[in-house]
Amino acid sequence: MKIVIVNYGAGNIQSIKFAIKRLGYEAVLSNDVEEIRNADKVIFPGVGEASSAMKKLRESELDMLIPELKQPVLGICLGMQLMCNSSEEGNTKGLGIFDLDVVRFPDSVKVPQIGWNQIEGLKTNLFADIPESAHIYLVHSYYAPLSNETIATAEYALPYSAALRKDNFYGTQFHPEKSSEIGNEILKNFLTEI
Amino acid sequence: MLTKRIIPCLDIKNGRTVKGINFVDLRDAGDPVELAEIYAKEGADELVFLDISATEERRKTLADLVYHVAEKVNIPFTVGGGISSVEDVDILLQNGADKVSINSSAVKRPELINELVAKFGSQCIVVAIDAKQIDGNWKVHLVGGKVPTEMDLFEWAKEVEERGAGEILFTSMDHDGTKNGFANKALSKLSKLVNIPIIASGGAGEVSHFTDTFTEGKADAALAASIFHFKEIEIKDLKQELKKDGIPVRL
Repeated sequence: MKIVIVNYGAGNIQSIKFAIKRLGYEAVLSNDVEEIRNADKVIFPGVGEASSAMKKLRESELDMLIPELKQPVLGICLGMQLMCNSSEEGNTKGLGIFDLDVVRFPDSVKVPQIGWNQIEGLKTNLFADIPESAHIYLVHSYYAPLSNETIATAEYALPYSAALRKDNFYGTQFHPEKSSEIGNEILKNFLTEI
Repeated sequence: MLTKRIIPCLDIKNGRTVKGINFVDLRDAGDPVELAEIYAKEGADELVFLDISATEERRKTLADLVYHVAEKVNIPFTVGGGISSVEDVDILLQNGADKVSINSSAVKRPELINELVAKFGSQCIVVAIDAKQIDGNWKVHLVGGKVPTEMDLFEWAKEVEERGAGEILFTSMDHDGTKNGFANKALSKLSKLVNIPIIASGGAGEVSHFTDTFTEGKADAALAASIFHFKEIEIKDLKQELKKDGIPVRL
C-alpha cells in the first residue's frame, strides 16, 4: 500500500509519519502531483493559519489536484477545514469538497479549544470498532458546523463536526496521530477499512 | 465534553531527564523518551519537556530528543527552555513537537509572540509566565523565577493573549515546591481575564490540590513534576479521584 502525506509546508507532518510507522506502514512525504495521484491513500494534514496554508497549497498547484483525487483522502485538522467551501479565518476560500463554511467558536468558551474531547454519532468504517464518546485530541479556534456530511460530532459551546465524509474524502478535526490508542485505531481504519 | 488535562513536566539537561526519578520499571531513569512513553500509557494527557541545558550543542540535542519523542509517543507534547527565535521554533516543530513554550525571550521582546503566531499559528505557541507576589502584587520573574521584573502578571497575561498566544502556562514561584496547592486565586483571576486556556503549575502535593485548581482556580490543565516522578501520585489514580470529584477527565 502506497501512503502519501501531502507535504506543502503547513504543519507538523513528522508526527503523522511516525504514527503510521507505529502501525507498521511506511508513508512518503510528497508535494509531487504524480506521486500523490498514484498513491493508494492520501493524508492531507495542516496546522496553522488557513489563508497562508491555502496560499502554500496554491503555490504547489495542489489546490487543483486534491479535489480530483479518486482514492481515499483523509484531511486532518486544518487539512479538513481547507476541504470545506470557506473559512472565516483570513476570509479563505477552500477546496469546496465539503459543502460547509468554517467559522470561529463564540467567545462564550475559551478559544482555541485545546485538549481531549469526546466524539459521538460515529458513522462509516473510519470509526469501525471505535466506541461512542471516545476521547480524541483537538486544537482549534474554528469549526465546521453540522451537516449531512458529518460522521462524528463533538461539543464545545455547541455541537459541531468532529469528522466529515463525502465520497472518497474524509476529514477529522481532531488529530488521530496524537489521540493515543483510539487515534491509532482510527488511522488504522483509514488505512485498512476504507 | 472537553476534559481537564493532567500534564507531567520533564526537566531535560543535555538530552537527559534530571531531578530524581523513581520508576522501578524504568530501564534507564535518564531517558526522557522512555519516561514519556510510560506517562503516555498511564494516562497523561500531554507532556512538557523543559530544557535547562546551557551548552553549545543544546539546539541539536533538543531537536534530536524531540524527534525521538515524536517517534514513540502518541499524545501531544510541548517543548520549552531557551527558545528565542522563529528558527528555534521551526526546528522543534519540524522534528515533531506539537507546541513550544517561550518565557524570558517573550518578556525581553514581546513582538516574538506575534512573529511566531504569524508563522506557525496560535495553536502551537504557549507563553510560560513565572510570577511571585511582591508586597501583595503579582510580578513576572525571569530566569526560573530568580530575576524580578516590574511587569504585572495580569497585564502581561492580557498582552500575551492580545499578541496571539494560544495558551498560558502560569507558574507561581510562591507555590512551586511547597506541595501546598496551586495559586488558585491568581489562576481564577487569570482565567476570567483572558479567553485562552490556562495551565496551572507550582504547588501540587496531593489529589485534592488538582480538584481545587480545576474548580476554584478554573484552570484548564494542571502541570506537575516531582509528585509524578517520585510516584507520590499515580496519574491513573489521580484521574479516578478527579472523576469522583465530578471533574471531567479522560480515563
